[in-house]
Amino acid sequence: MCLTLLGACAGQPNKTPDAALPAARHAAYASTYQAASSPPVLIRGATLLTGTGQRLDEADVLIVAGRISAVGHKLEAPAGAQLIDGKGKWVTPGLIDAHSHLGVYPSPNVRAHSDGNEITNPVTANVWAEHSVWPQDPGFEKALAGGVTTMQVLPGSANLIGGRTVVLKNVAAVTYQAMKFPGAPQGLKMACGENPKRIYGERKQAPSTRMGNVAGYRAQWVEAQQYVRDFDEYGKKLAAKDKDAKPPKRDLRLDTLAAALKGEILIQIHCYRSDEMALMLDMADEFGYRITAFHHAVEAYKIADLLAERRVCAAMWADWWGYKMELFDGIQENIAFVDYPANGCAIVHSDSEEGIQRLNQEAAKAMARGSRAGLSIAPERAIMWLTANPARALGIDQQTGTLEAGKMADVVIWNRNPFSVYALAEKVFIDGAPAYDRARRNAQPRSDFMLGQPLPGVAP
Amino acid sequence: MITLRSVLALIAAGTLWSGGAAMAQDVLIRGAEVHTVTGQGKLDNTDVLVRGGKIEAVGVGLAAPPGTAVIEAKGRPLTPGFFGGLSDIGINEVPSEKATVDSGLTVGADKLMDAQWRPEFDVTLAYNPNSVLLPVTRIEGLTWTVLTPESIPGGSFVAGQGAAVLLDGGYDAVLGGSQALFVNLGGDALQWSGGSRAAQYMLLEQAFREARGNSPAAPQPLLHPAGREVLAKYLGGGRVVLHVERAADIRRAVAFVRQAGMKPIVVGGTEAWMVADELARNGVPVLLDPLENLPSDFDGIGARLDNAALLYRAGVRVAFSGSGSLNARKIRQQAGSAVAHGLPWNAALAGLTAIPAELFGIGAGRGRIAVGQAADLVLWSGDPLEVTTAAEQVWIAGRAIEMRSRQTELRDRHLERLRSKTAR
Repeated sequence: MCLTLLGACAGQPNKTPDAALPAARHAAYASTYQAASSPPVLIRGATLLTGTGQRLDEADVLIVAGRISAVGHKLEAPAGAQLIDGKGKWVTPGLIDAHSHLGVYPSPNVRAHSDGNEITNPVTANVWAEHSVWPQDPGFEKALAGGVTTMQVLPGSANLIGGRTVVLKNVAAVTYQAMKFPGAPQGLKMACGENPKRIYGERKQAPSTRMGNVAGYRAQWVEAQQYVRDFDEYGKKLAAKDKDAKPPKRDLRLDTLAAALKGEILIQIHCYRSDEMALMLDMADEFGYRITAFHHAVEAYKIADLLAERRVCAAMWADWWGYKMELFDGIQENIAFVDYPANGCAIVHSDSEEGIQRLNQEAAKAMARGSRAGLSIAPERAIMWLTANPARALGIDQQTGTLEAGKMADVVIWNRNPFSVYALAEKVFIDGAPAYDRARRNAQPRSDFMLGQPLPGVAP
Repeated sequence: MITLRSVLALIAAGTLWSGGAAMAQDVLIRGAEVHTVTGQGKLDNTDVLVRGGKIEAVGVGLAAPPGTAVIEAKGRPLTPGFFGGLSDIGINEVPSEKATVDSGLTVGADKLMDAQWRPEFDVTLAYNPNSVLLPVTRIEGLTWTVLTPESIPGGSFVAGQGAAVLLDGGYDAVLGGSQALFVNLGGDALQWSGGSRAAQYMLLEQAFREARGNSPAAPQPLLHPAGREVLAKYLGGGRVVLHVERAADIRRAVAFVRQAGMKPIVVGGTEAWMVADELARNGVPVLLDPLENLPSDFDGIGARLDNAALLYRAGVRVAFSGSGSLNARKIRQQAGSAVAHGLPWNAALAGLTAIPAELFGIGAGRGRIAVGQAADLVLWSGDPLEVTTAAEQVWIAGRAIEMRSRQTELRDRHLERLRSKTAR
């Protein structure tokens, strides 16, 4: 198994002993997530939006052993299966939020739990968002009631390079490791524009300008490339049984950046303006890495063709704009425009403990605006913005994000077409296990924090 | 006959619309699903005749007088213009750029003992009707808002005065009789009350006494003479908007200002459902955000999605606010969400129209579709509370608004560019 951070793995002649290299991405702080066991489930006669661009009417979904076993018509129920009448209901893959701060900026908003931004240095590639996650954030259960089964939790955007992100399954747990999506790569959070230059500029330190921002990132990549070379050199010496081989000094910051250069950690960039996104793409070319997604990307509509050509996703809001100059050109058709070119990868994200509860409505707004502008968008297309596309941006599209046989059975049953303000998730399954049932209070998770609070019979 | 399409063409040609001071055009909107927000409720296939900026008739088979444009609604919903919530539209252009922000007053006091209260501060004097936020907001069917002063560091939890404005782009947009005093209380206001919410009542009591002038002057008064006069006016039955979230604070604040002679409106009201009966008994209305369901702080532990429904059932008048200025248009989604969580649809519509108009003293002339009301109207593509619905045409005081904004211009320019560069 290739667990090395610095590459030199399968297919390369100079195979390096793992022991020589810094901790790999799964070796430390490993996921302890265990899917709950559950009987087979057959949902019958529902409208399915599969996340592959298809809509199936009066169709069935069969879940066996935590996986989607079959999708189609007139499926047979295995022995002991729970039958769910899907008549009038809509079924979608579990929603995926590519941009959340749940757990790191939890509710209630108190200083003691404000752990999302390590604002002490413009480069904190050494920090990991997961080490800040408070699993008792009541926001998790509210997001679940909105159909969200998976999310990426990121560090904030104060820094040029903010640290590693983590992908979580939205299950109630007392440790974050028990939420950690098994096998999901981490991300690297970077930030363009106003935040880093404002925050550090006000402290009379670099960066204080956009050119200072770019110089700041580039200096880091130069160092990271050297770090990779140093370890490669060391690996070669070890392989040659060189007795004088001395390991380079390990550096947590450079561990992260080196893994990002290698593509083991996916690069996720907070960036609003089209010109800055284009600049970040040039920088990726300079150092030979790939950008997975731009986040917020309020001006993505101006470069939708470029993003599609470069196969870079954009994770966006439906209508949020204007609170800084870099968001002044926001339009409600942004998501639809990014979706328009062949290979466009549009994602509806929240960046908000409120928005994550109604990603379906945010997508509905974007879909309607796109359609009014003449870009006809069907529900079976728009659902991809919340499922398959974010799964791709999080590197988990082989496991989840669509209703296809073999995928994790992360499934939402809606009381109606989910692209409506009146739509409610009725049942949510994670890996085939019931995670939420709107009709039954005791089938809904509740944070330890909310126990004993004066909320008799509270609605979710 | 003039159709909606041809009206839009006339608008595009500049014949109907020529800036903020354009004259109202008489119009007959024919065959709409008219949501009157009156005792008449919804009227199917009904006509509305607008003359001189006002609604002249509501009925079936109305004739169009000569020179009147006719719009065929084809059964689409027609509602009164929606409320934009409490906002600082036109007084806060880009929140991160201080030079564009006029929302709050700081007088430099950093110690409680040096505090200066300026209830005479009237934020409407900063209003710029040429803000790009106006078209962005009104083409979504929002025709008025309540300009709201903010408490900012160096100021006071008595933020000052605001008032309702019509979003028609006119310079003199303040609607008469809508003035209110804005007071922020509870945990969010601790920085202006020496670290304890208890002191908020102490300081208010001191200010009330100064305003009444019936006790010896304090060595360090809170108020200037102009402030005393303004506050005295509010103590004589004026409208005070209390931003307060916690149930215990809501009760106390409401009782406190009522006893002082003011008419309270609660805004925020995250835990208002806990004291719903008391609010109903005292006729105290609540402006709330129906999306608020997390304990965002220790004042809002009891946040829940059916706050609006519970208050409504208890007999409290409920209206909406809380989506701010830039995205004030989200208020429709807020109202729809309240319906999804138990508020009757008609009550949600009233919370966007007639109720806020009543609360801010303009209900006699706005907020309903009835003869004599101002013709602030919106023709919708579908259910006006649904997120996939758009406003097809908006009229403010009878004037058909140009359905364009900076955002639609950006959209049109870049859509053309995208189509020319992209094969799908």
